[in-house]
Amino acid sequence: MTTVHERVDTFHDNDQKPVGYGRMLRKEDPRFVRGRGRYVDDVQLPGMLHLAILRSPVAHARIVGIDTSAAEASPGVKAVVTGAMLAELNLAWMPTLSNDVQAVLATDKVRFQGQEVAFVVAEDRYAARDALELIDVEYDILDPVVDARRALEPGAPVIRDDLEGKTDNHCFDWETGDEAATEAVFARADVVVTEDIVYPRVHPAPMETCGAVADFDAVDGRLRLWSTTQAPHAHRTLYAIVAGIPEHKIQVIAPDIGGGFGNKVPIYPGYVCAIVGSIVTGKPVKWMEDRSENLISTGFARDYIMRGEIAATRDGRILAIRTNVLADHGAFNGTAAPVKYPAGFFGVFTGSYDIEAAYCKMTAVYTNKAPGGVAYACSFRITEAVYLVERIVDCLADELGMDPAELRLKNFIQPEQFPYTTKTGWVYDSGDYEPTMRLAMEMAGYAELRREQEEKRARGELMGIGIAFFTEAVGAGPRKNMDILGLGMADGCELRVHPTGKAVVRLSVQSQGQGHETTFAQIVAEEIGIPPADIDVVHGDTDNTPFGLGTYGSRSTPVSGAAAALVARKVRDKARIIASGMLEVSVADLEWSKGAFHVTGDPGKSVTIQDIALRAHGAGDLPEGVEGGLEAQICYNPSNLTYPHGAYICVVDVDPGTAQVTVRRFIAVDDCGTRINPMIIEGQVHGGLTDGVGMALMEMIAFDEDGNCLGASMMDYLIPTALEVPDWETGFTVTPSPHHPIGAKGVGESATVGSPPAIVNAVVDALKPFGVRHADMPLTPSRVWDAMRGHAQPPI
Amino acid sequence: MQVPAPFEYERATSVDHAIGLLERLGSTARLIAGGHSLLPMMKLRLANFDYLIDINDLHADLGYIRPGRDEIRIGALTRHRELLESAELATAFPIFAEAERVIADPVVRNRGTLGGSLCQADPSEDLSAVCTTLDASCVIRGPGGTERVVSMEEFHVGPYETAVGDAEMLVEVRLPVRPGGGSAYEKVERRAGDWAVVSAGAAVWLDGGVISDARVGLAAVGPNTTGMPEVSAALRGQEPTESLFERAGAVAAASCDPVTDQRGSADYKRHLAAELTKRALRRAAERARS
Ligand SMILES: Cc1cc2nc3c(=O)[nH]c(=O)nc-3n(C[C@H](O)[C@H](O)[C@H](O)COP(=O)(O)OP(=O)(O)OC[C@H]3O[C@@H](n4cnc5c(N)ncnc54)[C@H](O)[C@@H]3O)c2cc1C
Repeated sequence: MTTVHERVDTFHDNDQKPVGYGRMLRKEDPRFVRGRGRYVDDVQLPGMLHLAILRSPVAHARIVGIDTSAAEASPGVKAVVTGAMLAELNLAWMPTLSNDVQAVLATDKVRFQGQEVAFVVAEDRYAARDALELIDVEYDILDPVVDARRALEPGAPVIRDDLEGKTDNHCFDWETGDEAATEAVFARADVVVTEDIVYPRVHPAPMETCGAVADFDAVDGRLRLWSTTQAPHAHRTLYAIVAGIPEHKIQVIAPDIGGGFGNKVPIYPGYVCAIVGSIVTGKPVKWMEDRSENLISTGFARDYIMRGEIAATRDGRILAIRTNVLADHGAFNGTAAPVKYPAGFFGVFTGSYDIEAAYCKMTAVYTNKAPGGVAYACSFRITEAVYLVERIVDCLADELGMDPAELRLKNFIQPEQFPYTTKTGWVYDSGDYEPTMRLAMEMAGYAELRREQEEKRARGELMGIGIAFFTEAVGAGPRKNMDILGLGMADGCELRVHPTGKAVVRLSVQSQGQGHETTFAQIVAEEIGIPPADIDVVHGDTDNTPFGLGTYGSRSTPVSGAAAALVARKVRDKARIIASGMLEVSVADLEWSKGAFHVTGDPGKSVTIQDIALRAHGAGDLPEGVEGGLEAQICYNPSNLTYPHGAYICVVDVDPGTAQVTVRRFIAVDDCGTRINPMIIEGQVHGGLTDGVGMALMEMIAFDEDGNCLGASMMDYLIPTALEVPDWETGFTVTPSPHHPIGAKGVGESATVGSPPAIVNAVVDALKPFGVRHADMPLTPSRVWDAMRGHAQPPI
Repeated sequence: MQVPAPFEYERATSVDHAIGLLERLGSTARLIAGGHSLLPMMKLRLANFDYLIDINDLHADLGYIRPGRDEIRIGALTRHRELLESAELATAFPIFAEAERVIADPVVRNRGTLGGSLCQADPSEDLSAVCTTLDASCVIRGPGGTERVVSMEEFHVGPYETAVGDAEMLVEVRLPVRPGGGSAYEKVERRAGDWAVVSAGAAVWLDGGVISDARVGLAAVGPNTTGMPEVSAALRGQEPTESLFERAGAVAAASCDPVTDQRGSADYKRHLAAELTKRALRRAAERARS
């Protein structure tokens, strides 16, 4: 069942202080707004040293020699470490999250501009940075591979000659769907539309760059590591494997994190360098990368060169979708995705439509660019998939001369078809797409907008209306087929109610700004009736939280949120038994109303959860077989992913003289199932929509032909400001997930996934009078002007 | 955090003190005004200087906007924000506030100065285009209180290069005031606060319905923020009409020399040179009329 709601623009119920779900100010905000957050760079330890990394100035070169003597003699320097020295410790290479290896410090060759070559540990940041200039590296420059399209040409320089027997730049092949069945459908289709679509390389660019403070105690062999990580537990296990320090001796702490967006999922060489630096010097060592280092060397996103094909009947029934993808994975395959999914969840490229066949063939290559591949709020490549399908559906609408809204409405998977198995094998849990779409159209005044557009076109003005409808697959995932380096993607959770009825819930996931301390307190509050203000949420410290795989792919609420609800129910079950003793009735005679058990038929006889907590810890007998205390722990293994959906409509104006795009309106209707804190959801949506404006209109990590990164500063890599975005108009529908204990589906990345195609579709729609059917991101004025003159160019 | 290489730092107590230090320390020293161009370069270690001479304490002497009968004098340390908020400047030359509104962001505008902007001589610099449009002259002071006055054309020697010598300092900019004038500024940027893809300033003086003089200054379309004598020649003595502005735009496009970069292709920039010149002239003429 889907319920449709009018949009809510006010924060009026903020002060009602809900016991469970509802609008509520974020518990973590007082410390953030007062500047009292504690980030990695705020960690100061006695005797702490500072580490700086020397990076390759070129994209591809053999290292002939490194002379560190002058750097070692520089004032304040305590250690200078090169790859050769790490090799002696067997630490020069480390595993990536995709079963590839990546150099911690280059030994043989540098493979991208910005790659780590050596590091200096010194008394302060300045001394460390100054000494970098004194390290003399002799490079033998090699031809770089910059264009992914040419990576597999015979004679192309082989980037990964470190891999046994490697003679080309092939990374992996992957396919999904049924090739023959798809071909058969295409062969008989009335209409086939093909379009080349590029999703260029973008960067998550979190406000806080990556960094770590490592403190290795040589006496007891313990390593404490404060680091900017979205996955402290997974990182701890990997450090145990890489550095050979026993796992119980490692504590990974992710304190306040200034934005992640996937950028802080991988383990970067810098973290390992900080650990080595601390071991070598016997002192705590801080490494904090600067903005340029973050942009040129850490996890990027996208870089998919796609050919999309769609087959349909003349009257607009979509029959099949086929795509061929060339994926640029950079110099090392550092993609963070479940290992059996090298292309992440790109398989959902069939979108929200009920079609007969689908097929995707992908080839991934190595190039001389920074490694990574999944970052920037992409839900494991769903960003690319949704962009592809929503763009190609618009191309089809254009070909058929059909309204793009009508075409989508005609092809939606119907509510009674759920759970729906797609032609690429994904089982969509629930959905009711039409009401969501209709609400967005109603909020937008769709028919009126089309009328306005017609009038404007007649006057030579350029106005565009773009639609995107997305279905996401989030909440990875069932451990039978989802793991990262052998670690199953299930999440632990622990809840302890103190004698006075206050509680602490310990999560395995970690917040980078999503508001976990509020949302999770509300989830627990809803289940056991303790107000959120009385529930402390502990996260981000491996010594103080149960094991779990971390926050990315919008998985916190779908996985850990389920764990939190279930652990609270477990506590409630125990509370019920204790209550039956207190009220001297059988458990069957008790009824739960948020926060208290009362005797059926006698509401006056009741005990609150606080009363029960005191009894659980206090004097006096407990019912037979009940241990003292009121706490529980669980590990939640999701039975399926959750599938949020949404309908986005964007209105743009394009200046015919300068080709500048203005996003005039943006309507976003999201369905993320049960809504825990609507204000936090709206915040996530606002942020993601802003990201979408960035990607659609300005963001791109470009390279020149020598492999130099052209996006190495915020002057060159543009991210949007408040001035580029309209007042967001948000609305929602609610289709709960049937298998999630509270029906929540996750929303962290929905807007980043759904907004780029809406904006691009709007710009392309505006340019229709020029015969434009497709133009690639980023739609900067110059690129829009090219498109207006019929010279639309791919960005790479 | 990006950290610059080591340098020594001194705060100047007077203009002559600053010039004295420059004279003694030579080319290894630099003045620092708002620091919004200098410090990013130093933090990226694209530029390293042994000495920085901070002139911000001279704001009381060099931060001013003084309207006179024939000219407006502006001190080199006048901040972007002061230029943006000056009512006198807005009345005489609306182009200033229009340009300032699209330069950087409030944080940069609170510190960045007119002098720093002109002396940085970035080809994309907006205030240089404004000053070129207004036919400004620059007062350069040297050792012993010597002063010379140069035109904007003379001031900008090349990209990032000015007529200011090692032991000299820009102290003032003078803008001639003539009756019957109007001015306007147009800029295309990829995002608020970004440097110009192209920008165009225009000033038009009318006399009895005819253009007695007109000037156009473009940024980001060549090695310097170029004045456009060809455009002035095309406009002088003509009636201000849409087709004239169109033609002037074409002349501007033909006379500039943009290059392709991340901000846009050379062709697009050339197109913008025409489009923005036309738009700026149109609005400048409207203002001159009223
Ligand atoms: C994020 C950002 C965005 C920006 N966007 C724009 C933009 O859109 N348009 C634009 O035009 N500008 C832009 N700028 C530049 C900004 O306007 C700077 O403030 C300005 O260019 C330099 O002024 P400053 O006072 O900060 O100079 P400083 O950085 O202090 O100095 C710049 C140079 O001038 C020299 N200098 C300074 N004063 C004098 C003097 N009196 N005599 C001789 N030499 C002197 C210095 O030695 C130095 O070499 C931007 C800057 C930033 C940081």
